Formats: sequence, C-alpha cells, structure tokens
Amino acid sequence: MKLSEKEVTMSSHTFTHLDALESESIHIMREVAAECKNPALLFSGGKDSIVMLRLAEKAFRPAKFPFPLVHIDTEHNFPEVIACRDKLAADLGERLIVRSLEDSIKRGTIVIKDLDKPRNPYQSVTLLETIAEFGFDACMGGARRDEEKARAKERIFSFRDEFGQWDPKNQRPELWDTYNTRVHNGENIRVFPISTWTEMDIWDYIGRANLHIPEIYYAHEREVIRRGNAVIPVSHLVQPKPGEKIEVLSVRFRTVGDMTCTAPVESTARNVQEIIEETATTRITERGATRMDDQTSDASMELRKKEGYF
Amino acid sequence: MSNAIQLLRFITAGSVDDGKSTLIGRLLHDSKSIFEDQLSAISKTSEKRGMAAVDLSLLTDGLQAEREQGITIDVAYRYFATPKRKFIIGDTPGHEQYTRNMVTAASTANLVVILIDARKGVLTQTRRHTFLASLVGVPHIVLAVNKMDMVDYSEDTFNAIVAEYRAFAAQLGIHDVTCIPMSALNGDMVVKHGDNLGWYKGAPLLEFLENVVIDYDVNTTDFRYPVQWVCRPQTQEHHDFRGYMGRIESGEIAVGDEITVLPSGRTSKIKEIVTYDGNLQRAYAPQSITLTLSDEIDISRGDMFVKASAMPQVAKELEATLCWLAESPLDLNRKYIIKHTTRMVKCLFSRLEYRVDVNTLSHHGTDKLHMNDIARVAMKVQQPLVLDHYSKNRSTGNFIVIDEATNNTVAAGMIA
Repeated sequence: MKLSEKEVTMSSHTFTHLDALESESIHIMREVAAECKNPALLFSGGKDSIVMLRLAEKAFRPAKFPFPLVHIDTEHNFPEVIACRDKLAADLGERLIVRSLEDSIKRGTIVIKDLDKPRNPYQSVTLLETIAEFGFDACMGGARRDEEKARAKERIFSFRDEFGQWDPKNQRPELWDTYNTRVHNGENIRVFPISTWTEMDIWDYIGRANLHIPEIYYAHEREVIRRGNAVIPVSHLVQPKPGEKIEVLSVRFRTVGDMTCTAPVESTARNVQEIIEETATTRITERGATRMDDQTSDASMELRKKEGYF
Repeated sequence: MSNAIQLLRFITAGSVDDGKSTLIGRLLHDSKSIFEDQLSAISKTSEKRGMAAVDLSLLTDGLQAEREQGITIDVAYRYFATPKRKFIIGDTPGHEQYTRNMVTAASTANLVVILIDARKGVLTQTRRHTFLASLVGVPHIVLAVNKMDMVDYSEDTFNAIVAEYRAFAAQLGIHDVTCIPMSALNGDMVVKHGDNLGWYKGAPLLEFLENVVIDYDVNTTDFRYPVQWVCRPQTQEHHDFRGYMGRIESGEIAVGDEITVLPSGRTSKIKEIVTYDGNLQRAYAPQSITLTLSDEIDISRGDMFVKASAMPQVAKELEATLCWLAESPLDLNRKYIIKHTTRMVKCLFSRLEYRVDVNTLSHHGTDKLHMNDIARVAMKVQQPLVLDHYSKNRSTGNFIVIDEATNNTVAAGMIA
C-alpha cells in the first residue's frame, strides 16, 4: 500500500484527492503548532482521531509532537477503543493526558441523575475544565463537516469565547488557507484539520496507510437488543429490560462513542475494502445510523457546540 | 482503490429564483449523495411548513436560526463524489452580505457556476457575481443558463444571452467561460444531456466538472515555499537535524536546487526533501514537505524560499484590493495586523484610492470603507513582505486583515 502511494507521488505529480486532503491537514496542524502558544490534540482512539495521529506524525516527524494528546473519557467507552488509545499513544511515545467525567462528578461540577444514561452532553464540562487546568489555547479535533449539519457550517479554526461557547451567527470569515489563530487570554480555538474529509475519505486513507483501528469497526458477532428502530449493544451499562430479548447479530460500528447511545450497523464487512464497498452503497448517514443522542432534536449538535462541545 | 481521483472545489452563484437549490439538489440526488435519513428529516420539515415538494435547500441550512427563519446565514459545504472526482460545493447565501460570503467561498474554489434565468438574461447580479469571481481569481467560470424549458429550449435565446455575457466578461479580462444551457428542473444538461437540447453539442455540467483540467490552477512555475515551522528534534538519532517544514505554494523543487531565502537574501542548496514516507528527489505544489539545506543559515517562520530565476517582490509599501468584511468600518488612524503566508505584521492603510461599485463596476472616491465594500488601497507594513501579484499567484498574493482589539478577521486583501 505504502509503496504504491509513494510511486504515485514520485513518478508523476498527479495529486490524488487523498494527497490533497492530507497536505491540507498537515498545513493546518503546522499552523497551529507555530502560532498557538499551548495547543493540544484531542484523541479518543476512534478512527477519525487515529487518522489525525498519522497526520500529526506526517506533519512533525522526525521530531516529537509539539503538543500533548488529550482524551476526555466518559468512562462509557468501549474497552477495545480505550486499549487502542493507550497502545497507539505508547507506541508513538507521545504524552497522553486523560481526564475523566468521573473527576468532574466527584468535584460536583457534573451532576447526573442516572449514571448509566448517555454522557456526551456532559463531556463539554470536563473538556472546559481540562482546557482551564492546562491553559490550552487551541484544541485540535477530528470532526468532519460531512458528519452533521451544524458541523458543516463550522470554520476550520473555530473561535470559542471564555466560556467555551461557539457563536454560529458570528463566526470569523475564513479565506483561502490564511488562518486567523489569534485569541485573547482565556479564550481558545478549536481546530478541525480534517474538516473537509468525508467518511469515505477516512476509510480510503485507513486502507492506504494501513492504519490499525479498534477491532469493533470490523464485523463481529455481538449481543444486541432492539429498542425502537435502534440496535443497542449489550454491555454492563445496557441490560435487557423485561420483555426485551438478546439477539446475536453480525455487526460493526461506524462510530465509537458512548456505549449507551452508539448503535452498531448490521454488517459482514471484515476488512477495510469491504467497509469501503458498504460505505459506497449505504443509504443512511454515519451519525444518523449510529448516534441516538443526535436524534433527540434537529439541533442537538448545535446546542452542544454552543455549550463548549468540540 | 480510488487512486487518481482529484478534488474539485466549486461554488454556485445565483439567487433561489434562478434554481440554485434545484441544481445542487439534482447534482446530489443524481450522484446518490443524499441519504435516506437526511431526506426524511427535510421532508418532515417541508411538510411542517406546508410545502408541496421537498425543499432541498434545507439540506444545507445547518443552523437552527436558518431553519426557523427559512434563510441561509452562512456558507455551507456539501460533498459528493463520482467515480472520476470528489467535489466540495460551497453554497453561498444569496441575500444580505452577499459580497462577504461569496468572496469567502470563492477564495478556495477552482470553479464557479454562475446561474441565470433564461427568461431574464444577464442581470445586475450576474455582473456582480462575475466581477467577484474574477476579483478572487476563480480559475474557471461556467455560465449555466437555466430554465431553458421556460423559453422553449430556444437556441437563439441562449446564443443572445451568451453573446451579451461574453462581451461583459471580456471587459473584466475573462475569456475562458463555458456556457451551458440547462433545465435543472427537468434534468436537461445537468447530469445527462436529455432530449430537449439536441442543438447543443457540449457536455452536460457534471461531465464538464469531472473533466475540466485543474492541474494548472496553481502556479506551476514560480517556486514559493513559506517556512511554517523549524523542526529541531535534538534527539540522539537526529542530533543535527534542522528541517524547514512547509507547503510548496507554487512551482517545484528538487534536491540540489539552489534557493534564496527572503527577505534576508541568503542562498543555499536543497540537501534533502524529507517526508514521513521517505525522502523524495523532487516535490511539487501543493505538497507539504520538510526541506534541509546544505548550509547552516538563520531561518525562521515567516521566511520564504524561492529560486533566483523567479523572484517575488520584497516590499514594505504595497497596493492591494481590499474587501471589507466587518461590521465596524475601516479606521484609517488605526494600526491593523495582517497575516500574509506565514508572516504576521502590523500595517497602516495610508490611502484609499477608490471604491468599486460592484453593480456598475464604476470607481468612486471614498474616505470610508464599510462591510461588503471593495476598494483599492495603499498600505505600509512594519516588516518587509515577500509578495506576488494576486493575479499571478493566489497563495502568495493574498492576505487577511485582523483587528488587534477584537482579533476578528476584518478584511480580505489581494495584492495588486
């Protein structure tokens, strides 16, 4: 895979769309490193952030990353994803900072009635506390514009005020790729280096670069229960209610988030090529298929972003 | 896998009445890029609003306020792909702040599709869209003469509109325009040729978008390499490594090439072209790479590598076309910050030469600059900049203006 990539670059200078996207992302990461005083890269162990990690290697090797990796852990994550997170950070020899929602719950800054309910809405609190703790002025995240309609409107360099809030009606104009990275003390910028990538680009890239991702992205047998239209994975957090029955299905995850609200899709795709083929023919969007928390209202993501979500 | 697929960014200009949403909807629909859950969400909303058909513009209205008010506030990006190319559409709202939004979206576009209604012909807004596209230097222009079904698919009507448009475009120095008659509603000439426009011998829009040559949209001759970041690992393995990281903005570079570092003027030779996937002998725009030199010279972020055969200007006084983007007008007494390539410097606007009326293209004397105004200005910068004319090089000819007090981006500049 890697050989053919290099041959293409060297034999002719036809730049493929993945080359163009990669170069753009590297350029963005280097701008962040050069202009922001204390940046961080948000890293969850999911596929998009694994691509981000490879892009950071491409941007900064042979040196170490000029920023730490940060994960805001809901403690509702799939164990396979956390294992992959830790292994990748260790293999790269980069610093990984993990802050948990449990810490905020202990501090009393997050008050949750039902600890087993989805925790995505509360991630913003711990994220903002972590930003304050380390004084980060820029956080790079792996969000993409094709994921969700509010994200489609967001700048690559997205300014947040001292409360971490996004003001979608008053965004800084973003022209060419001349990025405005300036903030005052206490404010910060969220940066999305893979904004213009699509789900398909991510899979193409994972295939081309032969990236290691958590096994749960590939089809596997899993115990699930059906609630409404959703298929929900059984875990220590989700057990069948009376009347619900456990089924074993061949599934894979298109996104890996909070275990209580991330639904797998039925699939038999056991490698990247098969996933690419399925992705090309699917008729449902990535988050539409897999994120129950995005479907509570037309503007769930926008509201969360306004509160400081990445 | 999809190895030779290129990426094309384009924008659509025109008002809702010209059938812009219908056109985008058809491109997305016919390339199977609208998903079932998106379609069902917008069908529900359309129904709630009492509309007879699904309103495809809802697809790009991502913000709550937009959906509530039925208006588009900001540029939205849509993605679709065919086996030949990946496309990013910048959909610009057609109403207020049009100049600001179109300039923003056009700044990264390879191509603009200017829509006109065949019944109405070339209008003031057609001229405005064309002027803005040429101002921002969008390399390719397509004139889509839509609603041909409303004029009986008349070849004469189409030819008359095309002749008028070409005459106007020529005044702006635009000669490369592709004119396509179409009916987005019926699908004629969007994805397929259709049966109604047999007299037209050109390709449908999508086929044109798939095949238009974009390799030369970047300047391929003048090597420009702004240094983004100096890499000094200082590890045992790479003890003496000093790499200059950046992206080739234009031209190409090979190992052994002699380069000049600006603004200092010092020279050296390229020792290595380093990438994560191994060293290269030669690299081209827009690759992101790391360069090492055969001499140790003092180089930092903001410096630019060039070749002696194609030198840019190095100047502290310059003239530019400015598009003012902020609510608060330009204050000639204040200092602003400009960011040009990887350099940030203070600047002062010394003179406003004239303002351009975007509807008539006439020039007017002015001492003020408000949001959406476009003007020719003279300016001074605190540190020398390494400059090209915007018309020769979009990357090294552009800059943004930042208000130091608010840190807002208040203007877009193009070196003239």
